Amino acid sequence: MSKQNAIQLSGVSKTFDGFKALTDADFTAKWGEVHALLGENGAGKSSLMNIVAGLYGPEGGSLFIDDNPIKLKGPKEAAKLGIGMVHQHFKLVMPFTVAENILLNLGHIQTSGLYRERLRRVSDDIRAMAKRIGFEIDPDTRVDQLSIAEQQRVEILKVLLAGAKVLILDEPTAVLTEEEAERLLTTVQGFAREGAAVILVTHKMNDVLRYADQVTIMRAGQTVKSLKPDSVSVDELIRLTVGESTSDQSATPEKRAPGAPYLQVKGLTSTGAPRALNHLDLTLNKGEIYGLAGVGGNGQSELANALMGIPEPVEGQMEIAGEGDLAGFDAARRRAIGIASIPADRYGAALAGPLSIADNFALGDIHSGRYGPFWYLKTRAIEADAAEAVRQFDVQGVRSLKQKAALLSGGNAQKLVIAREFNHPPKLVLAHSPSRGLDVKATEAVRDRLRAARDDGAAVLLISEDLDEVMAMADRIGVMSAGRIVAEFSQPADRQAIGQAMVNHV
Amino acid sequence: MDLITSWIGNIPEFAVPFALAALGLIITEKSGVLALGAEGLMLVGAVIGVGAALTVDNTAVALAIAMIAASVVSLLFALMVLVMRINQVISGLVLVFFCQGLTTLTGTLMGWTNQPVSGLGAIALWPLSELPYVGRFFIQNVVVYLVPVIFVVAVWALNRTTPGLRLRAVGENPQAADAAGISVLGYRLAAIMIGAALIGLAGAFIAVLSNKLWISNMTAGRGWIAVALVIFARWSPWKALAGALLFGCIEALIPQLAASGIKLPQYFVFMAPYAITLGVMIWVAASKRDSSSQPGALGTPFIREERT
Repeated sequence: MSKQNAIQLSGVSKTFDGFKALTDADFTAKWGEVHALLGENGAGKSSLMNIVAGLYGPEGGSLFIDDNPIKLKGPKEAAKLGIGMVHQHFKLVMPFTVAENILLNLGHIQTSGLYRERLRRVSDDIRAMAKRIGFEIDPDTRVDQLSIAEQQRVEILKVLLAGAKVLILDEPTAVLTEEEAERLLTTVQGFAREGAAVILVTHKMNDVLRYADQVTIMRAGQTVKSLKPDSVSVDELIRLTVGESTSDQSATPEKRAPGAPYLQVKGLTSTGAPRALNHLDLTLNKGEIYGLAGVGGNGQSELANALMGIPEPVEGQMEIAGEGDLAGFDAARRRAIGIASIPADRYGAALAGPLSIADNFALGDIHSGRYGPFWYLKTRAIEADAAEAVRQFDVQGVRSLKQKAALLSGGNAQKLVIAREFNHPPKLVLAHSPSRGLDVKATEAVRDRLRAARDDGAAVLLISEDLDEVMAMADRIGVMSAGRIVAEFSQPADRQAIGQAMVNHV
Repeated sequence: MDLITSWIGNIPEFAVPFALAALGLIITEKSGVLALGAEGLMLVGAVIGVGAALTVDNTAVALAIAMIAASVVSLLFALMVLVMRINQVISGLVLVFFCQGLTTLTGTLMGWTNQPVSGLGAIALWPLSELPYVGRFFIQNVVVYLVPVIFVVAVWALNRTTPGLRLRAVGENPQAADAAGISVLGYRLAAIMIGAALIGLAGAFIAVLSNKLWISNMTAGRGWIAVALVIFARWSPWKALAGALLFGCIEALIPQLAASGIKLPQYFVFMAPYAITLGVMIWVAASKRDSSSQPGALGTPFIREERT
């Protein structure tokens, strides 16, 4: 296919409740290329692509598909024109089977016949397409029984079977492990070679450098530049994305002498079936960051729950030096002995979205009586402390302390969680994927806080599926597989060896 | 002996309104719209059914008009929950109170109160009607026999057709349905109106076919029992039909007990169905059955340009 324009947007704007998500954005993607749309969280990448997919109506500017001016009335029309989008939050109906989900999406393709017959035909199509692109998917499985990576494959099959020639992937690698991401991006590169246009929305520099033919950079609702990724240096790309150069992320920590053991986990095993945790042993020392790497779904969430006090059926020991077994401690006791928890689901488990920023902050100290007895809340004291913490921990986007916590962006929500948890110097920090979905600057801020806690003598457990993060942060590295720690490494660790340990035991 | 025979014979008459109303609620709620207005829509079906029967003197036409009337009134509910996105619980309650007032007013103004209508004759399903004890169960009006047919058609439409698949998708994950190009509001509107028609038929059944007259507020809380029944049945039409039969058994027993000379306090007898509903609800809640059968988006309004 010739290198003509598949999608062209010019001068597009979009406002949400007075917030300008897009200002005069331009974007062009050609047939046969993998086009990366790079930018930090909140730069407007998803908004721009939602306009192409017909989900949002633009407020100004124009959209061309295949060089024809188009006014999209809705997602149905976009699908008819061959545009398919895989959203960051999957649009799947969980209790439905794979085939039902895909049939649902084929509304605009007129197929006749009885329902059962159509479903069977769709199932055949799924098998054929899955085979062609190397996915293994059983059309009769219920979607809620699939892993995240498999659900993503269903999403991709869904848009391909609907006849998409322009494939938009919104942060596709955010939920995948390294191997899964590599496989996915190689597959979509194949689509581009066959003539399709693939748009890759991402904030990961590596994805861009390795797989994109062209990259458009967005910052603060505007498209900054469009260029070939091999024509510029990484530093230049980062500079264009964040507006300033950040420190080198890949620096490995210096070798340090570990402190005394603080948390000792022995034989931690899930009581239910399947055994998510299987005789897990782990020792965490004072003054160190212990990085727990591994492919997602190998018991990390269950371990995090058990340690953080989120209900999880386990048996075994979780001994805190000088305090006793963690399992018997309620939330108040955990706080009193200095445990700080940063759960993976920051909106679900760490913050109460509809409550104000000040209230969310105060939750950490409400038990200690600092903010008054049970029948009276010292709101002034709460607000003064919250204001101080917001300033100190650089939580941005706070117009008022009374504003709902749910309105904070991912990075700032995480900073608020850390501000609360680190309000009293912690002795033990439990962090699960603390920088997931955060942009470069926010990630750096979160990591600096964890390092500072370590330097103050705290024991830090960092559970992360991002190997780069573990490599950059941890003093010791454990690899988790099938519910136990299968290998441990001290810095400087061999990345290859860790990768081997991660996959060999799966 | 006589007691049991007439008890069994009366069961369908009491069970059918529950079954139809519950089915209507299930269809509406499968689309993600929480429908608490059944009591009100049943009253609309009842008063319009009697009014139409008095006016046109054709029971089939009267029932059809009752269904249409309930559908039309449900547009008000649709306007509140779909367009204005008012809280669905509040909207449902408002609909009930509005319909209670509206139907009493209409009945009085039009002079339809306490006017007898002819109803439909009973048809015996020979040879089932000759069976001992249960024979009278099979001597019923034609609408009773239509109920299983309506259920089969509804279940088939929900589970075995493309529109049914889309309706359930809209109720489970409207964002996904919208991205698939399905009109969420369109399907919800259709589900509300079809559900209302069935609920209206349930009300008309009580007035036109069972009691053969209209009395203000004559549904007496049966719409609320239907709401409870849907939760009890975990949104499964067949379980709802079984539940409706169970409640039919209980309601049919009450007049029999009175007739047999057993001395029971009158108000205790009237209270029984509601007490049993309460008991069933507590049992369901306590038995901790999985709640996954509840439509995922039940009660949540759909807004497309919401940022997540």
